[in-house]
Amino acid sequence: MRSKTFWQAYARNKAARFGLVIMILVVVLGLFAGVLFPASPWDMVNAPFLPPLSDGALLGTDTLGRDIAAGIAYGARVSLLIGMTSTAVAVVVGVTLGALAGFFGGWVDDALMRFTELFQTIPNFVLTVVLVAIFTPSQRSIISAIAIVSWPPLARLARAEFMSLRSREFVQAAMTTGQSNMAIIFREILPNSLSPLIVSASLMVATAVLLESSLSFLGLGDPNAMSWGYMIGSARTVIRQAWWMSFFPGLAILLTVLALNLIGEGLNDALNPRLSRQGKA
Amino acid sequence: MRQRCPQGHRYRDRLRFLVPIGLMALVLGVQAWLATPVMAADGPTRGGTMNIIVQPEPPILQLGLNQQAPTQMVAGKIYQGLLTYDQKLNPLPSLAKSWDISPDGLTYTFHLQEGVKWHDGKPFTAKDVVFSTTKFLPEVHPRARASFAHCETITAPDDHTVVFKLKEPFPSFLYAFEVSAAPIVPAHIYEGTDFRNNPANATPIGTGPFKLQEWVKGSFIHLVRNDDYYKPGRPYLDGIYFRVIPDAASRALALESGQVDESQYNDIEPFDVASLKKAPNLEMTTAGYEFDAPVSWIEINHRVKPLDDKRFRQALMYAIDRDFIRDKIWFGLGRVATGPVNSRTRQFEPDVPKYSKDLAKARALLDDMGLKPDANGVRTHLRFLVMPYGETWQRLAEFIKVSLRQIGVDITLENTDVAGWVQKVSNWDFDLTSNFLYQYGDPALGVSRTYVSSNIRKGVMFSNTMGYSNPKVDDLFAAAAKENDPVKRQAAYSEMQRLVVEDVPVVWLLEMEFPTFVNKKFKNVITTGLGVIDSYDEVFMVKP
Repeated sequence: MRSKTFWQAYARNKAARFGLVIMILVVVLGLFAGVLFPASPWDMVNAPFLPPLSDGALLGTDTLGRDIAAGIAYGARVSLLIGMTSTAVAVVVGVTLGALAGFFGGWVDDALMRFTELFQTIPNFVLTVVLVAIFTPSQRSIISAIAIVSWPPLARLARAEFMSLRSREFVQAAMTTGQSNMAIIFREILPNSLSPLIVSASLMVATAVLLESSLSFLGLGDPNAMSWGYMIGSARTVIRQAWWMSFFPGLAILLTVLALNLIGEGLNDALNPRLSRQGKA
Repeated sequence: MRQRCPQGHRYRDRLRFLVPIGLMALVLGVQAWLATPVMAADGPTRGGTMNIIVQPEPPILQLGLNQQAPTQMVAGKIYQGLLTYDQKLNPLPSLAKSWDISPDGLTYTFHLQEGVKWHDGKPFTAKDVVFSTTKFLPEVHPRARASFAHCETITAPDDHTVVFKLKEPFPSFLYAFEVSAAPIVPAHIYEGTDFRNNPANATPIGTGPFKLQEWVKGSFIHLVRNDDYYKPGRPYLDGIYFRVIPDAASRALALESGQVDESQYNDIEPFDVASLKKAPNLEMTTAGYEFDAPVSWIEINHRVKPLDDKRFRQALMYAIDRDFIRDKIWFGLGRVATGPVNSRTRQFEPDVPKYSKDLAKARALLDDMGLKPDANGVRTHLRFLVMPYGETWQRLAEFIKVSLRQIGVDITLENTDVAGWVQKVSNWDFDLTSNFLYQYGDPALGVSRTYVSSNIRKGVMFSNTMGYSNPKVDDLFAAAAKENDPVKRQAAYSEMQRLVVEDVPVVWLLEMEFPTFVNKKFKNVITTGLGVIDSYDEVFMVKP
């Protein structure tokens, strides 16, 4: 029953449905990249500089004759993998710290929030670039770097939720019955604060995808993984001769990030119905 | 006011303007008519200012202290060497007007130009040459230190003669005198001072055709004509602006739009070369780099298995399509290298074993070594450190990764910055990387350093970082360097090249060519084997 109302609420938002369809397409493309394009995306399968709709190269080839369509399919894998994993790490770290700060308050709160602010004062992208440059670019270092810059907003959000829920009657009741702090955090407060966290995490995936693309664009991506940002970065120099090499990966990034944002909005509608109705009027 | 003016007045006002303008036009017209025959002859005329890209900005203009390409380009107009070299690498006069070499190859006598003055007005004499080659350069300039270490004595019998007496014959010695290998500096400024921290380093004093006028850091370096230059009527140009333009796309546009008149080395990315070649105002040449004659290669760490096996290195050579690299990655710039010596460098030997792309041969060599492919077709895993010199080198690394996968060699690419690359390569912490080195016209000056085992020096970049060692090759390099008989010398170098090509210490890729674009307004720009480094005292501008 509950999930049914959730879907009804979600589906009421047309844009959100559109976002979900695109996202499913991107996920399928990423999952079946190996089936659709058995050759490695790095293989020079065709003549270089083929325009789109050429024989054997639907979206054309790049400066070395690599298939752009294959690059986009494998790039979907990298973008989603990095986007999801780094967000997952950020959620775990952010929510844990935010929960502790919000629940215990006092000096714990002070200490954790000052620590969070330390990260918030440094511009996100600059910090990511520095971290990846120091730890040499690889999928692991990129995921860690993105997670490190992404958790502070989640921590603050979780803290706010925990602070407000902590003074509610049902939590007070749980405390008087002598439940442990852990049990209260996990069984009582966390489930009730999930909605805003899920919404902001879904938007964070979009940011992570963009961050990864920007890193690869700057040549700080994992040099062994084909990604959209890398494709644009390497084709940027020949944009006057070959527009398609940067156009299609750019389109892929645009659609994916748009889809993630639309999904985030749809989730917001579905999970926080009161808030969203106020907004829509 | 004007409304109240009577018609006549206004007319007269206008006349008052028109008359001088008309007169001026007449004078200009007559001048132009008078001047036309001179221009039609297209001969050199005095005047004009040239704008040249310099990228990156030189750290200093004292050429003895720094020999990076941008420094050479700017300071090559301020300082001079005793010699320069033509595009076939024959020596030409510069500060030395003539020279004799004794038949035993031990005594080099240089006769200096007369009437040469430093930019501060003091006369240039043999004393400056002796000071530069015995005191200044050996202390601050590694390449010059090595050359002049061959000398027993360097003396000045009179103000315009310098005599170099060598300990043993070193026929490459004649190639140690161009402006970047041995710039002559003023003794009266540097004698008895701390050379590296002399305040005069900021205001370089040379003998060249241009003097430093102004340097706005991050923007431009302005050189002006040296009116006391010893060649009468030279230089033709009034001045040169070297403009710092860090962004590659902006450089191409500046050149296309005529804001700058010259680009060189890597200023223009290979993929922009084709379109700029078609620009009506520009002329492209790849001449003028004969002295540098860079060769690029994949550097191999021989300390890592299975890279220590000659057969494996030969397999790499067979696996890589170097024509593709030239045509698709360097967009046609360069020639496929056949061995350690560039075909533009002296003592090049064409008759060496040839390696064209042949995957079957490569696989056979690996099979022969007992390197069998596993279930995924992988025989071995290696790392490739990407040279952080821009897009083109990144593309090269990607191409090599894919090429080597075809013979079952799985490559993991590693990215790093310039400092990290130098650190890792010089400390031997790599499997494969790419690299390119200049040859300075002569194997003893620019080639042997890469291959002789005496130059395996940890922590030193551009030494024998591969750890390649073949005693026969060492002996041949050593014998050839001091062999006075040109036939015997060539024989030793030819033998060395055959041995080295058989050993494949590195996978040679291209004899690199750099595109130099020059605005068609300027003539006589690239005339020697030093190209853009040379003094430009013969460059002139054609008036439109």
